Amino acid sequence: MTSSDRPSQRLILEAGRADRQYWRDLWRYRELFFILAWRDVAVRYKQTVIGLAWAFVRPFITMVVFTIVFGKLARLPTEGDAPYAVLVFAGLLPWTLASSILSDAAGSVLTNSQLVSKVYFPRIIIPFATVMVGLVDFCVSLVILAGVMLWYGVIPDWHILMLPFFVALAVAVAIGPALWAAAVVVKYRDFRFVIPFVVQIGLYVSPVGFSAKVVPPEWQLLYSINPMVGVIDGFRWAILGGDSPLYLPGFAVSLLVTAFMLWLGIRTFRRTERGFADLI
Amino acid sequence: MPDTVIRADKLGKKFIIGHKVQYGGILGEALVRSARGLVRRGADMLRGRAVIEGDEVEEFWALRDVDFEIKRGEVVSIIGHNGAGKTTLLKILSRILEPTLGRVELNGRVASLLEVGTGFHQELTGRENIFLNGAILGMTRKEVQSRFDQIVDFSGVEKFIDTPVKRYSVGMYARLAFSVAAHLETEILFVDEVLAVGDSEFQKRCLDRMSAVASEGRTVLFVSHNLAAVAALTRRGIVLKGGRLLFDGPIDAAIAQYSASLSKGKADRDWGKGHHSAIVSADLLDADGRPTETYEPGTPFNLQVEVETTDMPGLGLELQLRDANNLPVGFYSSSIFSQTALPSEPGRHVFRLSLQPLFLASGDYSFDIATNSLTIVVDHGVSNAITFNVAASSPGGIAYDFKQSLGNGVIAMQLCSPLRIERKEPEPV
Repeated sequence: MTSSDRPSQRLILEAGRADRQYWRDLWRYRELFFILAWRDVAVRYKQTVIGLAWAFVRPFITMVVFTIVFGKLARLPTEGDAPYAVLVFAGLLPWTLASSILSDAAGSVLTNSQLVSKVYFPRIIIPFATVMVGLVDFCVSLVILAGVMLWYGVIPDWHILMLPFFVALAVAVAIGPALWAAAVVVKYRDFRFVIPFVVQIGLYVSPVGFSAKVVPPEWQLLYSINPMVGVIDGFRWAILGGDSPLYLPGFAVSLLVTAFMLWLGIRTFRRTERGFADLI
Repeated sequence: MPDTVIRADKLGKKFIIGHKVQYGGILGEALVRSARGLVRRGADMLRGRAVIEGDEVEEFWALRDVDFEIKRGEVVSIIGHNGAGKTTLLKILSRILEPTLGRVELNGRVASLLEVGTGFHQELTGRENIFLNGAILGMTRKEVQSRFDQIVDFSGVEKFIDTPVKRYSVGMYARLAFSVAAHLETEILFVDEVLAVGDSEFQKRCLDRMSAVASEGRTVLFVSHNLAAVAALTRRGIVLKGGRLLFDGPIDAAIAQYSASLSKGKADRDWGKGHHSAIVSADLLDADGRPTETYEPGTPFNLQVEVETTDMPGLGLELQLRDANNLPVGFYSSSIFSQTALPSEPGRHVFRLSLQPLFLASGDYSFDIATNSLTIVVDHGVSNAITFNVAASSPGGIAYDFKQSLGNGVIAMQLCSPLRIERKEPEPV
């Protein structure tokens, strides 16, 4: 008998039966979660020449381009005395994290269709495992941020301690719609075309290359319905400290939208996952 | 501890499948059809139903009213034709598919092997894949670690264990994959047709391993086409036919039932009909003229096709041989290749065709059968009218299996006279 054996577990399979074992299974399959996450990370930079350096190059060049386009050419205002490059990078960090989670997780069930049709495990592991890839790249980007801040002599204050909370929020913002999309795309492949489009548009409607403060005050609350506004504001607040005060009503709206999307995502995923193998 | 570990109660599984109806190629008609399809798919989406390709939708019961009970420590095989519902049943028991009707009760930890090497990643090394695959099959890291040496030893690929598996040969890959699976230790094990990997020596080791597993007092459910293996490994057999349970009892009787059901009962199939003709039945025959689902490479292809005709003259019969990937690999047309048309007097006619032997690679094949008119428009077409399997193919007469999955094509080319090798003398300078 093996270590993970439980004293005889009884299981009933029936149509439409709410699976009470699901959350216990999720715990039992935690190792699969880690190993799938590890697989995605391990495979990501295989057979590339510069390997992990890609995680440095892409955000760095994006930062340079955005700083020139929005800061120098369009002359958009920064927040307080913060250098424009730091402002851009503080927005770029959560945006890259959230957008890569959204695009990877949304397609993850389809890319792992081979697993879904051949073995059982709580399917929700698959989209969550892709989060790790985004987090690894995110950690690399943090190093760049530290470098850029040093270069400009920006010293963070106590606000920076709140950064982990906003990282978690960025993941939550992305994983809600991603779960929903991952479930729906199995049935309707149309959404495979929708997600990249949403990510592309999202870059412009979220305050990545500019400060959210350029939006007129009377529109601020409405603008915060885009949950990325709350996340990016939070990042800037944590990194730039006093230069970037947090607009609290807007932040609350972003939190509410995020919570709703997360609930909707998990619910949709749980409702449809039993039928995945039929449709894939 | 309860004595019954698996109880299936009125189990049913329904699939919805789409058909592509073949019409003449009139543009307007095609446009109307695709517009209608678009409306149907849109309506389906609003109602939250799945999108199904094809012009007509049909319900299909892959399993219906299946009841059985399996006691602790029993080793049971499930046999049946292609499409009898064997894999669907295993998939329901292993929680991959949800049953449409009925219920299943399982007592104990379950592992299922529907395929070897599930989740193997080409870019990862053999070592990494052992851990990945182990986790996917439900083993903990500790379990894999404690059996790691045994797994590597069993597979015989120690030398390449730190090489990415994309550099492995097909045989090495299959052996490593099976080795991980062979070291699963759960109370209940479902195995689907995984013995069909590797060379015959490795297959023998797999069989030995399976019988070792079976003798350890674990509950094993075993699906295979290999009747010899089934007879050797199990004492009880469940025969499925058309999604229904046909027989449940001692393995010898089960195999006899299965063989008997091959030779009869095909006549009740309904394939619909065309405008001027209808294919009623089609069978592959063995050397004794009995319907079969296996073909021995290098023997004549004996087919029997029953067609109902009307007074339409000039209809021909066409056969399309397809491999496991559904790629066309052979074709026969009575009107073109033999200048023979279907009789134009109404009634049923039986066609007996004996086609030249082919040395086919082992694997699954199918015949699409169609009647067509002089203008080569299909009148009545039946996809997969005949499905058959080549169990083993050894063109050299040695223990080497020439398989479809090797990727060398489906035909082993045979010499028509012995191979001659002549030494070429160097030209005098």
